[in-house]
Amino acid sequence: MSTDQGRGQRSIRCLVAKVGLDGHDRGAHVIARAFRDAGFEVIYSGLHKAPDEIVQAAVQEDVDVLGISILSGAHNTLVPKIVEGLEEYGALDDTLIIVGGIVPEDDRPELKELGVAEIFGPGASMEETTQFVRENAPERER
Amino acid sequence: MSLVEDLLAGDHRALARTITRIENRMSGYRDIVGELHEHTGNANVIGITGSPGAGKSTLVDKLTKHYRDAGHTVGVLAIDPSSPFTGGSVLGDRIRMVSTTGDMDVFFRSMSARGSLGGLSTATADAVKALDAFGKDTILIETVGAGQNEIDIVKTADTVAVLVPPGSGDDIQMLKAGIFEIGDVFVVNKADLPGADRTVKELREMIRTREDYTANGDTSPITTAIEHTTEGTHWEPQLVETVANSGEGVDELVSVLQDHAEYLTDSGARTERDRLRYAEEIRTHVREDVRYLLAREIENRGGLDELASAVEQRETDPYTIADTLLDPIESCLEEQSTELDQ
Repeated sequence: MSTDQGRGQRSIRCLVAKVGLDGHDRGAHVIARAFRDAGFEVIYSGLHKAPDEIVQAAVQEDVDVLGISILSGAHNTLVPKIVEGLEEYGALDDTLIIVGGIVPEDDRPELKELGVAEIFGPGASMEETTQFVRENAPERER
Repeated sequence: MSLVEDLLAGDHRALARTITRIENRMSGYRDIVGELHEHTGNANVIGITGSPGAGKSTLVDKLTKHYRDAGHTVGVLAIDPSSPFTGGSVLGDRIRMVSTTGDMDVFFRSMSARGSLGGLSTATADAVKALDAFGKDTILIETVGAGQNEIDIVKTADTVAVLVPPGSGDDIQMLKAGIFEIGDVFVVNKADLPGADRTVKELREMIRTREDYTANGDTSPITTAIEHTTEGTHWEPQLVETVANSGEGVDELVSVLQDHAEYLTDSGARTERDRLRYAEEIRTHVREDVRYLLAREIENRGGLDELASAVEQRETDPYTIADTLLDPIESCLEEQSTELDQ
């Protein structure tokens, strides 16, 4: 009936993911909270996740945004594995991938090449980050 | 292939997408749920509720592990509250799923309450259908037991387990209406903590004196022609003590849940519950649709604020406004039913 139309109450869904060995998730908590306060639905992965666990979560939760937090410097090995996994499930094209943490300037072009939309280093403001997500979260319709 | 065909073929992404459509009430979701319906009815659906910190997620993790070891596939829906101010939420139950991480035959999905009464239980019931049609053997629904909304959600389950941590107040808490009335199984989790004995004792007392509202306790105004269960096939709520952290008591809980599933089938209560549930579902849909139609009508008449200020100015009163809004619907229905009679 007509009530089927136009009742969509879409929220932006984000997975905040800690991948690899680094044991600090304060930043991830802070960003999770900022996203929540921005009205997003945030799923937090917990510490020490393997890339395939992050892929599983991103696929099952059908998130619009995947925020990967890495401080350990292992981004060059971990991020490509996640990207590969998303591609395998056909989830890469409509997932906005952002990376937060410590990523040297030299490594950035390569990550962006892979499909990372933006990298937020130390000093990036919460507003800037949530604004970026709002503007770039994929519009999906299938 | 369509989304539903992909889902039925076992595509995880399609299942995830379907649940998103259902959650967001995207256009066409009703057709999807309609298509799914004929493929449902095979899963064993267990609702798990309890106060925050009762250990629901840890227990769900242990139960999932147990069912996986037994060769079942498992779907989990974890429902968390959302902010009444921003609508945002942090869905953190996934963190506790450590025993089966990386196992794609466990489909774990977090859902936000999105502050909606009624709508959430519909979305949850529809998401259960998606998991059921996908072929999950066991579906666990986990929700914080805080209010009426959660009671609606767990009613979509075949078996309801209520988790009670030791020291959750005096026995008057258990006399209060709500969550304690809907349990088929009570779980005193963290049974190793001091005060557990007393909680067990109080629960026993409560179980002995309570009436079963879940089997045939529908007292809503639109009644359904469902026969009540016959004497002798009554289910006495069971009590299990667990320590979810260490997995202690989980085997026993699984076997009690199994007993309840068998009771439902043997006594005919399953059919009865199903019918009650579908009746409830229809009622919710009808209510939601009428609500939506009326909301649109109110918008057309300048919005609720304007109507409210007319009331505030003493120009009219709330009943009169409600009547003016509903009159066209009423006369339209009357007209249609006389046409049907002829």
